[in-house]
Amino acid sequence: MSAIAPTRHVQTTVELALRGRRRDVAGRVFQGGLLLSLLLSLAILIVLLGTSLSDAWPVLSSRAGAFVTSNVSRLDVRAGVRQGIVGSMILIGFVAIVAMPLGIAAAIYLQEYARDTRINRLLTTNIRNLAGVPSIVYGILGLVVFVQALRAVTGPNVFGRSYVSGGLTLSALVLPIVILITMEALRAVPRSIREAAYGVGATQWEVVRHHVLPYAAPGIFTGAILSLARAFGETAPLLLVGAVTGYLSTPGGRTPLEILQGQYTSLPTQIFSWSRLAGDGWKANTAAAIIVLLVIILVVNLAAILLRNRYDRRW
Amino acid sequence: MASTAGDRSLSIERLRGRPRRRRKEALVRVLLVIATTISLVISIAIVVALIEQTIRFLAAVDLGELWTEGWRPRSGQFDLLTIFIGTLEVSVIAMVIAAPLGLGAAMYLSEYATPSTRRRLKPILETLAGIPSVVLGYFALQVVNPMLVQGLFGATSTFTIMAAGIGVGILTIPLVASVAEDAMYAVPNALREAAFGIGARRKTVATRVVFPAAVSGVVASLILGFSRALGETMVVAIAAGATAGATRHWNPLEPGQTMTGAISSLAIGSDQVKGAAGLNPFDALYFVGLLLFMLTLALNVMSERFVRRVRRDF
Repeated sequence: MSAIAPTRHVQTTVELALRGRRRDVAGRVFQGGLLLSLLLSLAILIVLLGTSLSDAWPVLSSRAGAFVTSNVSRLDVRAGVRQGIVGSMILIGFVAIVAMPLGIAAAIYLQEYARDTRINRLLTTNIRNLAGVPSIVYGILGLVVFVQALRAVTGPNVFGRSYVSGGLTLSALVLPIVILITMEALRAVPRSIREAAYGVGATQWEVVRHHVLPYAAPGIFTGAILSLARAFGETAPLLLVGAVTGYLSTPGGRTPLEILQGQYTSLPTQIFSWSRLAGDGWKANTAAAIIVLLVIILVVNLAAILLRNRYDRRW
Repeated sequence: MASTAGDRSLSIERLRGRPRRRRKEALVRVLLVIATTISLVISIAIVVALIEQTIRFLAAVDLGELWTEGWRPRSGQFDLLTIFIGTLEVSVIAMVIAAPLGLGAAMYLSEYATPSTRRRLKPILETLAGIPSVVLGYFALQVVNPMLVQGLFGATSTFTIMAAGIGVGILTIPLVASVAEDAMYAVPNALREAAFGIGARRKTVATRVVFPAAVSGVVASLILGFSRALGETMVVAIAAGATAGATRHWNPLEPGQTMTGAISSLAIGSDQVKGAAGLNPFDALYFVGLLLFMLTLALNVMSERFVRRVRRDF
């Protein structure tokens, strides 16, 4: 068989036809548009940080240290966020102690123990729906249950508007999120690991405790950190369970129980109440408090993202 | 395993393990079940609390007041339409922002970005998702309203529904993007390769193959975003104004009130109005809360249906 060499003209025509129009202009524009929508989010972030920083500059440049270490005041030049930071820390301490263990335990049950029955499916669906309930509705729950019904326990001297009420409300809010994230982390652990452990005679709890949990730990831990960050920035439910938006006195010399049953505020609550006050001084204070809040949350989120990237593994 | 010497027979009794080990097993199971039940208790508590208090409110209020021409709890006017309109406006404006930006970001990450770009760009959305809503409320009030709403649309008010809607939209972008991206990412590569194989361009694959295949997930992401926008409180409380009362109007360039905003302003400003004969305006927040709960629940159940369809398809 002798091949007839095509003429040069035919060759280039075929080549061009196969390659298509050389530049896919519409495609490029489309790709650019998609990328732009992502970069616009970045731009929003940058503008948000930039304006907060420049608004906060009068405070940050002159009294950054005093701002973080002083209490609320009626005078804008003396007001600080110490009580807010302490309050938020205590609140997420509550969440860490109450919601984390409960959430992880519930996730273990649903993912490892529960058979595929109608009740268990119902429980999972219920948790999914709980995760979608607006946070302010959890505030109403906290108001009715912790502030009003359980007043005698949560805060007998402050009409139930205490750390205990705030912390339990935030815990209820975060619980479904913790459960869902933990379930996902557990689901990612391959069956073979469980089967190998069962094969050498481990009981169900031993399989979970010694094999599944260690493998799922990075995922669970990342999820836990992100949920805590979420609780840290949450404001709406706390307004309903009585976080103090105005002046707050925190006398020293109280026992831990008295503190927990006493009045409280949080950093986001302070930002909210200051944002409604008139005057440049309060605007600068609000922006400075936002910077403090963002620094805390961004550092925590960054830690979670790094942790996940580091331990992200696939089987 | 210690056992009496020589006794190597396998019995059911021995296979079950030692009693102590079995007791521990049973105890752990009980504890796990209790932890799981708590989520159910929370759901029941939410429903019972909302319904019980709503009944109390509805029994005390003159039902005609639920249909006046403004939301002014202090004067006993509880016009639901006023806050429904406000809520609808904020959520629709939010989706006008979040739908294109969220879906665009999702498609870029799923169809165009290489794994390494993806790893580098995704934290943008994750960071945005981590920004607390109070911060965006401040942003909407101090930046979006003066620069965009007053500058572009000629609004004169410091507080506008529009600014609140844009703020809520920014908050909703990461949610829409992540749910939609999951759906597009889940489309099997075989579909893409088949399309490339018959000469389709990238854009054609993205818009005519992947998008239709992932459409259930995309719809789910939009419904979920809408539901999140309905329930967002702080941005509205800070940037929409009208915390003392609102008239019924459709103009997004004016201050207005939403369901969530109404609940939060009742919660923080109600103490002074206590003691009104028979009716406590404060109780209106339970009623609005119940409506909000039912609305978002319906939307979430709907989006869950769509998500399940994605899972079934692939």
